[in-house]
Amino acid sequence: MLKDKIKAAFDEPACPTNRAKAAGERAKGCSKPLTPGAAAGGCAYDGAKISLQPITDAAHLVHGPLACEGNSWDNRGSGSSGSDIWRRSFTTDLTELDIVTGTGEKKLYKAIREISTRFKPAAVFVYSTCVTALIGDDIDAVCKHASAKYGLPVIPVHSPGFAGSKNLGNKLAGNALLDHVIGTHQPDDVSPTDVVILGEFNLAGEFWMVKPLLDKLGIRVRTCVPGDARYLDVAAAHTANVTMVVCSTALIGLARRMEERWGIPYFEGSFYGITDTSESLRRLARLLVERGAPADLVERTEALIAAEEARAWARLEPYRARLAGKRVLLNTGGVKSWSIVAALMELGMEFVGTSVKKSTVEDKMRVQILLREEAHAFEGMAPRDLYAQLKGGDADIMLSGGRTQFIALKARVPWLDINQERIHPYAGYDGTVELVRQIDISISNPVWDEVRAPAPWDTEGRLTDRHVSHFTMDDDADAADPTFAARHRRKFANSRVDNTDPEYLAHHRKKFAGHAADDIGDD
Amino acid sequence: MTDALSKVTHTQKAATVNPLKSSQPLGAALAFLGVANAMPLFHGTQGCTSFALVLIGRHYKEVIPIQTTAMDEVAAILGGADHLEEAILNLKKRTNPALIGVCTTALVETRGEDFAGELKLIHERRGNELAGTEIVLAQTPDFAGSIEEGWSKATTAIIEGVVPKGETRVSPERINILPGSHLTVADLEAIRDTVEAFGLEPTILPDISGSLDGKVAERWIPTSNGGVAVEDIRTMGGAVHTIAIGEQMRRPAEALKARTKVPYTLFDTLTGLAATDRFVALLAEISGRPVPARVRRARAQLEDAMLDGHFHFGGKRVAIAAEPDLLYAMARFFAGLGAEVSCAVSASGASPILEAVPAADVVVGDLDDFETRAEGCDLLVTHSHGRQASERLGIPLMHIGFPIFDRLGAQHRHTALYEGTRDLVFEVANIVQAHHVPRTPAELDPFRDHGDTHVGRPQTAAH
Repeated sequence: MLKDKIKAAFDEPACPTNRAKAAGERAKGCSKPLTPGAAAGGCAYDGAKISLQPITDAAHLVHGPLACEGNSWDNRGSGSSGSDIWRRSFTTDLTELDIVTGTGEKKLYKAIREISTRFKPAAVFVYSTCVTALIGDDIDAVCKHASAKYGLPVIPVHSPGFAGSKNLGNKLAGNALLDHVIGTHQPDDVSPTDVVILGEFNLAGEFWMVKPLLDKLGIRVRTCVPGDARYLDVAAAHTANVTMVVCSTALIGLARRMEERWGIPYFEGSFYGITDTSESLRRLARLLVERGAPADLVERTEALIAAEEARAWARLEPYRARLAGKRVLLNTGGVKSWSIVAALMELGMEFVGTSVKKSTVEDKMRVQILLREEAHAFEGMAPRDLYAQLKGGDADIMLSGGRTQFIALKARVPWLDINQERIHPYAGYDGTVELVRQIDISISNPVWDEVRAPAPWDTEGRLTDRHVSHFTMDDDADAADPTFAARHRRKFANSRVDNTDPEYLAHHRKKFAGHAADDIGDD
Repeated sequence: MTDALSKVTHTQKAATVNPLKSSQPLGAALAFLGVANAMPLFHGTQGCTSFALVLIGRHYKEVIPIQTTAMDEVAAILGGADHLEEAILNLKKRTNPALIGVCTTALVETRGEDFAGELKLIHERRGNELAGTEIVLAQTPDFAGSIEEGWSKATTAIIEGVVPKGETRVSPERINILPGSHLTVADLEAIRDTVEAFGLEPTILPDISGSLDGKVAERWIPTSNGGVAVEDIRTMGGAVHTIAIGEQMRRPAEALKARTKVPYTLFDTLTGLAATDRFVALLAEISGRPVPARVRRARAQLEDAMLDGHFHFGGKRVAIAAEPDLLYAMARFFAGLGAEVSCAVSASGASPILEAVPAADVVVGDLDDFETRAEGCDLLVTHSHGRQASERLGIPLMHIGFPIFDRLGAQHRHTALYEGTRDLVFEVANIVQAHHVPRTPAELDPFRDHGDTHVGRPQTAAH
């Protein structure tokens, strides 16, 4: 039952928010009731889909009417080093007739057949949606049957949009992996340094900036879920020795259950920022050594960290002078805010605010320690307030997700995408340098000065004093010229300007004393 | 401008490889084609004419009226005056043009004849037969200059040949527009619309928007079909002001001012927000009218385009090869949106505007110089002959300038004023996005070279 699955997802002792609650509060789960008319953000289906879809060699089939998939596909930039099946969009695109006559299950079954024969995916993930959940399509049965018939794993993911928030969807996706995928494949190359990374999406390929660091230390990433993941590797995740959770709000529950079931210790870490990348490498090494990896791993890790940190700071040094004192507004919950805050503050940048909407209690505490002033951390801001703050010139740049992009741009304030739609990789040491480089590129773009300069006319289109007159009337030499043309030009000129203003006239005469009016621009 | 002057260098190669420039008489012919019922006449051999004619035809996809004095071996040795006379009389008889624009070529200029004197004699002898046809001379040898100079000289020749000296009665609503050769048909139409929106009457010289705009006529017209009327040119001295666009138009603007005392304002570019602001403000001042709402709306749209588009310019390295005024306009455009003009190649070295190009170095050279210097750039910006460099370097090409023969509609692209700048922003952003190549694990490997993370390629197109 969906209700049980949701309840299971909310029962999360590893979640610090959950732990902090009283028993009665905890029983209610963590779903915050949404406010009709004032809600923003994705649904549970959205959350489940984005948590699993970057599994690259699987087909992701959405069972529902068009909007759920048709309005959302191909909107994320995860990198794949192999198959591109995951980028194809599959949906049963239910029609009114399908829904009324209840032929949805049959359509789903046929869709799985078509996809499995034509595209030969390693597996098919089937996502339920509001409509198919409401009318009671039994996707478990269809998946089970199709799996047996066509000889490939078909995994039902129960996450209809009405179930709750995007965050809940993340958790439901994790549970689907636990129920149907992880532990179903036994690899023959298990080693004591195998690790699993959870909640890393390989956006813009950024995990490829981190993986070579682990390779160099002899740490093997069995699977990184979901970024650039292959189905069979995910299925073998239970053979790893350590789990690192990158995006804790998404998949921490999965990590805890993997510990319960297979005894794999986990920790929360981040690959954003220099110190956090180093700290994550350290913890991976230490936990692996505790689990039987060679003891020299710790020393080798420290040596690597020392070398890479030195290199990164050397590359960041040129930016210090350019960026010191720049004021950043960080408006995201999608990445580890504090990881970024720490990295940028070390370069002398200032934070005028950071959103902690999706952050855990621990995240919030770390942000507050870093920022010292509680006022800077906000839970969320209405677009109008955000616009007002930006327009008021409080920040030199806003780092956020695409949702608030245009608020910054309309306020004529530099903006950098640091969420899922972004195009630049920011992970690891190189990624931190890239982030700083992109901030510099954005802030130093001359476009800001140009678009901030008001037009030389008012709202009615009448010239203001910002317009320096360049229209040349013939100068004093013409004063004695009795020709009609000269007289006419003088008369015409006088009729257009306020010739009683001595300052204007003085300026006018001086400007065109040279007579040869040429480039009127000075920019 | 507060920018430091850029260093202008000339390459020292003996062999030009993949020429960037087109010839000077071709530029003059284009300018003459901007006069209604005109016929450019190349004083040279047949080939000079046919190559220019074919190349202009490839760009505009039109039949191009250009005639030749068809110099033969005897004329090459003894002089071409009678060929010139015969050609003019034949053209008058067969096509009765309002204006014949004589463009000299390298052959006759190498001989060094007195063309002006010859034309004077022809006029004296044949004045009656040639009544109703203006004959002007642009001395445009192929061994010097390029399109810009030819265009500038032809425009100057038209002014000096057609506009009478002395001041005339001024019409306060009339203004002259002297557009450079780098503006398109669409640009001229937009300039006209904008000027007219202020209640002003523009005389555009040359006006290729009337003649090279690509239209199907109901009858065969042997001369230029459209353009500025000779009668309108004759009365340009009655305008209240002249607006010249591009450094190349300083010479004709000066010539007009010297003859008629009409003052002028020279705009080094009309591409970009600030440049258009100045242009529009000048029109508002001349006309005494407020800026119309639709012009103000176009400005707001450009601002938004710049905000949305700047992501695709910031940090990008751009290579531009063009004639001086276009090179300057495009370099200013790219630099203004945060791109680095890391390679700037000019087709000719005479223009003072080159020193103002926002690039460290400006090389006067060819497309081979362009290709060797453009390596590692994100975008090539030049005319169709840049496609070889684009293929070999694997860098996308944005088509600008002349000739553009492997794309349709070059004459209808907007590149000036608010709309034109907006369209250019979108075009660049779309090229950048269309050529996005996702980064591979090898490219992102932190140990690959321990160099900079920037590999000179845009990464993705997700916006």
